[in-house]
Amino acid sequence: MTTTQPITVAVPLSVDAAEVPATGSARPLGSRQFGALTARLLRSLLRRPAFVAITLVQAVVWLPLFGSLFRSVATVPGFGQGEYIDYLTPGVATMSVLFSAGWTGVRLIDDMENGVMERLLASPTRRWAIVGGTVAYEAVIVAVQVTLVVLLGWGLGARLRSGPLGVVVLIAVAVTLSTAVAALSDALALVVRRREALIAAANFLVLPLTFLSTGMMPERLLPGWIRAVAHYNPANWAVSASRMALAVHPDWLSILWNLLALVVLAAVSWALAAHAFSSYQRSL
Amino acid sequence: MTTTHSAGEPAPDAPPAAPTTEDGPQDPDPEAGLGLIPTPVPADAAAATAVEVAAAGVDLAAEAAARVTPASAAVEPVWAIEARELVKSYRGRRRGDPPVHAVRGISLRVPAGTIFGLLGPNGAGKTTTVRMLATLARPEGGSATVAGHDLLRRPWDVRRSIAIVPQRSGADPDATGRENLLLQGRLYGLSGMGLARRADELLERFALGDAAGRLARTYSGGMLRRLDVAIGLVARPAVLFLDEPTTGLDPEARAVMWSEIEALTADGLSILLTTHYLEEADRLAARVAIVENGQVVVEGTPEELKSELRDDTVDLELAETPDASQAEVLRGRLAALPGVGEVTLDGRSVRARVATGAAALPAVFAAVDAAGLATATASVARPSFDDVYLRHVGRRFGRHEELT
Repeated sequence: MTTTQPITVAVPLSVDAAEVPATGSARPLGSRQFGALTARLLRSLLRRPAFVAITLVQAVVWLPLFGSLFRSVATVPGFGQGEYIDYLTPGVATMSVLFSAGWTGVRLIDDMENGVMERLLASPTRRWAIVGGTVAYEAVIVAVQVTLVVLLGWGLGARLRSGPLGVVVLIAVAVTLSTAVAALSDALALVVRRREALIAAANFLVLPLTFLSTGMMPERLLPGWIRAVAHYNPANWAVSASRMALAVHPDWLSILWNLLALVVLAAVSWALAAHAFSSYQRSL
Repeated sequence: MTTTHSAGEPAPDAPPAAPTTEDGPQDPDPEAGLGLIPTPVPADAAAATAVEVAAAGVDLAAEAAARVTPASAAVEPVWAIEARELVKSYRGRRRGDPPVHAVRGISLRVPAGTIFGLLGPNGAGKTTTVRMLATLARPEGGSATVAGHDLLRRPWDVRRSIAIVPQRSGADPDATGRENLLLQGRLYGLSGMGLARRADELLERFALGDAAGRLARTYSGGMLRRLDVAIGLVARPAVLFLDEPTTGLDPEARAVMWSEIEALTADGLSILLTTHYLEEADRLAARVAIVENGQVVVEGTPEELKSELRDDTVDLELAETPDASQAEVLRGRLAALPGVGEVTLDGRSVRARVATGAAALPAVFAAVDAAGLATATASVARPSFDDVYLRHVGRRFGRHEELT
């Protein structure tokens, strides 16, 4: 048969085919596919105003809530100087990242359920673009959420001492953590393939990650074992980096180390997602 | 050949095909032909179709074949899909369960520019076969060439030349019809004005122009299915896989879908269609393979398959239910008639296989009279695809599945 042919020439199939390049004339670019898939998710998000509202409110509601709930923390000896809202803002920013990005895999499950995944897999779409689309979509959401949290914190009296640069760094940290969590959520989605299971798993992980960190309480006030655990908690790396970024004199080196740790985590999550994707394909 | 192929009108009594084409498609040789174009070319595709059609004795196609110049007549048919002994099994649901052998060695050849039907009940292995050929699932055994590319060695080349319309829609419900088409085009590397024009053209062609700006989730079943097919066509694939394109559609939407699908081969597109509707395979497919239990039970044109069952069927409805002795007499007398084969009695209904139904009728009536019975209604039927299925699969096709 034709497998021995050295040249593969795609031939236009209909009379007017000359207008449009026929399939196979060039290898479609993965970056274009990635862009198209990300745009598709963002567009469908914007189509559902209720969902957009929930996404934003979810991010914003924690700050006044925890702000009032834990206000007295700032009066406990050992808290140090400053207002609790100053302290809390980076913690809530990180928390909203976890809550949001943990659900990313739902997008893949939706696609599996309505046949879109099959269509993508039979097309020349790069596999990384499929996972990458959901991760980038989540990154955009998280960037908006975190910006809102910081603006709200500022409105409630938090001081952004290092100025806009600190805020930009905080957003970069949030997006990196989001990438790690989103890729992990995608990996999980490709394994469990059921919405309920994914959501249950995400919720199960998000709360401990939030509270076993210095997000709400300074390290000095945490029990010893939590302090030990927090040291290995990626959410805590993000909280610390974000908080340092908003300080009067940011410790850029520490921030860089934390950010680097998050980047490594994101790479590991990405590898897990890639692995999960290939076992998903093998199972088809 | 089916009576519905776009190449021409049905002409069952057309003269026999030219001797050169009588053997039907021959094994294509990699060294033969134009030597560099594995994907179907319109001219070649037409020639391949013509050979097929001529072999089945359709006059227009025979003319088309006659018009083919000697040089290109030597070009053997191009296979859009050539699958050899594909095998696929799945692990059992639970650990310790035996593996499920979904496909146990399926071989297929789909001539370029034609519709090939995979017919069989649910779970026969049709969808698994399509999934393998569309690069979704990796075969455990066997090999295949799709649109001229080796399935196992060059899956990305295959993917650039095919599109699949999955059983479960495949359209993004949260995007508009038009956005779905544009996304598909971008995934295949199309862009700009060319893509926009292509999307508009397809929306018009599938009568979705007015709904182009509406979310796909608001579409009716028929509209959604038409959108699915339109999405598949955006990048002008050489081979299109349609996995049960009309399942769940109402009869009207199904009829619309059928005429759309029929029209597709006019562009030279090759289609592998799975269906569990006998009528659908009979109407659309140039060739049909009946799949059962992961294997091809029989393969041929619908006419070939039907002509294997030479006999007509005479169906009688008696005026009253015969008693046992009357039934025995009737059975004996019918069986004694010349040209009558198998006789089935079931209550008031009598079914007999006869060589020529119309000619046998008077004698059949006489036999009924002689048994002391009266005929209420009588009909003569040519063999149907249903009978083909019955014969090869050994049981009647689920009637409930044919009526939606």
